[in-house]
Amino acid sequence: MSPRPGFVLEVDRSTPPTLFWHGERFRLERLPEGSRVVYAPEPLDPLPDPRAAIRQALLNPLGDRDPLPALLHPGMKLTIAFDDVSLPLPPMERPDIRQLVIEEVLELAATAGVDDVVLLAALALHRRMTEAELRHALGDRVYDAFAPNGLLLQHDAEDPDQLLHLGTTEQGEDVEINRRAAESDLLVYVNINLVAMDGGHKSVATGLASYRSIRHHHNPTTMQHSRSFMDQTRSELHSSNWRMGRLIAASGVTVFQIETTLNTNTFPSQFAFLQRREWEWGTRDRLTYLGAAGALDRTPARLARRIFHSVRAPHRMTSVQAGEVEAVHAATTDHVLAQQSVVVDGQTDIVTMGLPYISPYNVGSILNPILVACLGLGYFFNLYRNKPLVRPGGVAIISHPTTPEFDPVHHPSYIDFFEEVLAETTDPVEMAARFEESFATDPWYVHLYRTGHAYHGVHPFYMWYWCAHALDHLGAVVIVGGDPATVRRLGFRPASTLSDALELAKDVVGPSPTLTHLHVPPILMADVQ
Amino acid sequence: MKALVYERNVPRVAAARLASMVASGRGAHVGPLRLLDVDTPDLPADDWYHLRPTLSGICGSDLATVDGRSSRYFEDVVSFPFVPGHEVVGILTDGGVDSSGNRLAPGTRAVIEPVLGCRPRHVQPPCPSCASGSTERCGHLTDGLLAPGLQTGFCADTGGGWSTAGLVAHASQLHAVPDSLDDEAAVVVEPTACAVHAALAASVPSGATVVVLGAGTLGLATVAALTHLVRPATPHTVLVGAKHRVQQQLAERFGADVVVPPNQLARTVRRATGSLALGGRLTDGADVVFDCVGSADSLTTSLGLARPGGTIVLVGMPGRVAVDLAVLWHRELRLVGAYAYGTEPGWAPPGANGAAHDVPSEEQAPSPRTFDLALSLVSAADLGTLVSAAYPLERYEEALAHAGSAGRRGAVKIVFDLRTRKGTPS
Repeated sequence: MSPRPGFVLEVDRSTPPTLFWHGERFRLERLPEGSRVVYAPEPLDPLPDPRAAIRQALLNPLGDRDPLPALLHPGMKLTIAFDDVSLPLPPMERPDIRQLVIEEVLELAATAGVDDVVLLAALALHRRMTEAELRHALGDRVYDAFAPNGLLLQHDAEDPDQLLHLGTTEQGEDVEINRRAAESDLLVYVNINLVAMDGGHKSVATGLASYRSIRHHHNPTTMQHSRSFMDQTRSELHSSNWRMGRLIAASGVTVFQIETTLNTNTFPSQFAFLQRREWEWGTRDRLTYLGAAGALDRTPARLARRIFHSVRAPHRMTSVQAGEVEAVHAATTDHVLAQQSVVVDGQTDIVTMGLPYISPYNVGSILNPILVACLGLGYFFNLYRNKPLVRPGGVAIISHPTTPEFDPVHHPSYIDFFEEVLAETTDPVEMAARFEESFATDPWYVHLYRTGHAYHGVHPFYMWYWCAHALDHLGAVVIVGGDPATVRRLGFRPASTLSDALELAKDVVGPSPTLTHLHVPPILMADVQ
Repeated sequence: MKALVYERNVPRVAAARLASMVASGRGAHVGPLRLLDVDTPDLPADDWYHLRPTLSGICGSDLATVDGRSSRYFEDVVSFPFVPGHEVVGILTDGGVDSSGNRLAPGTRAVIEPVLGCRPRHVQPPCPSCASGSTERCGHLTDGLLAPGLQTGFCADTGGGWSTAGLVAHASQLHAVPDSLDDEAAVVVEPTACAVHAALAASVPSGATVVVLGAGTLGLATVAALTHLVRPATPHTVLVGAKHRVQQQLAERFGADVVVPPNQLARTVRRATGSLALGGRLTDGADVVFDCVGSADSLTTSLGLARPGGTIVLVGMPGRVAVDLAVLWHRELRLVGAYAYGTEPGWAPPGANGAAHDVPSEEQAPSPRTFDLALSLVSAADLGTLVSAAYPLERYEEALAHAGSAGRRGAVKIVFDLRTRKGTPS
């Protein structure tokens, strides 16, 4: 039986309560009659033989690019860059897709007699990966072959000796990327494409770039003009990365892009109810839900967090394509949309969403208040094409505990951002002008980014900038079940229940509003007609 | 006429100390402080004058005394029984002469500079400190014609501010209050003078990062002193650690650049100084830290916030505290006491003599008195707003309890209101 496409349910009297994620908890909420619930398509069938598919892609590249074996020769300098720990979500079961691809590439390189090979984690301004995370992504065999010899590197966006300025685009954007990657005879990039925004020229132009370069597109202006990030035809973020990518290519850097897509098989069998539509829950789903929800309610937040972060997703690969960046990414995008796209008829006054425990920037860590805002307003809000799911001036209602908790190891500058910046302003433009540079150049944050496992000092600004489009578009944001003081610090309105939140929303959008619930995860993309 | 009288009574002091463990100010209920009928004190000499208090503040040192928590260091420089109250504004019932020799008419409002140095005591010749104007450093606090007492409010012969019977003040202690200052503003002149003296004692360098830890009356007045008197000549950044919302708002109003809860000061200082935080300590830190609390915790915090070679000014009155001073030794910190007021030889108005803080030459005007600077500052910074509540003497237990929990209850300065009431002379 082929997987069913996405679905928009209209709530009536017989509709059972709808599942909302609430951090490390769940809530069942009864939505008003007439509300809509948008469900993701069911997981597409995976490729039957991933290794064979990868080999096939490497030998039959897309676009103006020779097959990989033809690009490999003795004496050459080869760099294999790969996406970092922010992808996929949750981390996938072993073997990770990056391991499968890199093993194939290394085998071809070995056959061709290439002996100058470096693996490079494309961190951009993200935190450095731990050994366990690298072993998980690459497999023990690859890790043990490269790491002890100093051939497994993590991109350092603050090491001037390891950066190379390639020029500026016609829009005046600095393009400065990893020197080893830029000076290699061939740069192979191994990507996991979880959402339509990932991959393409963004892989190298952002993943291997410096702050000097990234700041040209990670700023409020670009973010406000990306409607949405997921829609390449309307994303200024996409356009900027494409300009940079083309300059990188014109500078003589040869990129062999390998992109993969995953199905939406997001949770293991013990959480199978999370993949199903509530009215289709069987007895086993109901019992598992009751057991899981009840146990989580009685579990301390820290322990619940640890339990969830140990979850490994049974994602499976649905496509792999390799070759020239733009040709590859066009094919990749088609695969992503085939898995995630759901047609939705028209906008809504109120959009509701339940946020889970994880975002790209807190793997193994805490979804702190800034990341709550980013996940809700930066990611979920932008899971659309054509028009936002919610109308201009509408309201987003987010369910999440939103406690003022931060991971001092991963997110040190977030703490100062919360206390110092958000206490003064929530306006992305104002904070960029007043505060960004001092955070970006703070020597302590630079030190922690380079030597520890901390996100770059500027990172919380970028997370807030991700929200810029939503903040500009929405009339209000309400957080259900969040710590009131923290919610207010974010500039949002706290509500203790969904009913209270709806009352608050009616003050903004008027009586008898339309409501649509974005049932994510699994990830979907609303194609709003 | 009534006054709150503090008597020597060891069991009651012990009881007060116990009670204060429940909450600050509770010592008033069981301690040696009692409301008694008293007479107006006699004038010790003909250069002394009668002052009838109108408002008298409750200071941290008063609370420590009432709660039996004062350092035993002070035992020899007080005399019993005494009427507390050294933050006083009142009326000269028979007129007088002020510290500059000006005659003051009966009914003139005045504040007193309560230190009882050589001049009030008629000690001749005065000690070198008093001769130079630094009366706060006087070593003759048990000498001369008065009983021991470091200040009015701690001396058996002078009376104190917590009284409707009035007190006696020496001419050198008197400062007329201009009509532009109401009583609420005038009553904070004394703590403001302490803050001015502390702010000027620190010799804050230009471009410095300065921390004020604690935002009670002393802390807030220190912020005002820094921003109004020091910053115009030597620009610097003022960071304030304030626990309570009302304190935070006032610190911002008085010109602080950054105001955060005390537990965020280390984070804020690190950000402001571009410091690293290696091994749990800052590699750099604040140039000057004003500790306006005086507890072991605040001193420990202050030691951790100062940069190597930096200065910590102890403004809040400490007692016996246990503090690890290894950091002071290792980072070559300077720990400076700032007690009371006198004259400020290092200060000149911005622009005077080419630059502020020039040490005046022999020909230049004499050093300004701290109290005169404080009088101006109270007016300029509107420090009268620090007075949050006024109580009659009869409700002294409530007043002291309120003072002991002022910040938590959204208050700063609690005072006794001694103005004409039933049973008091008009």
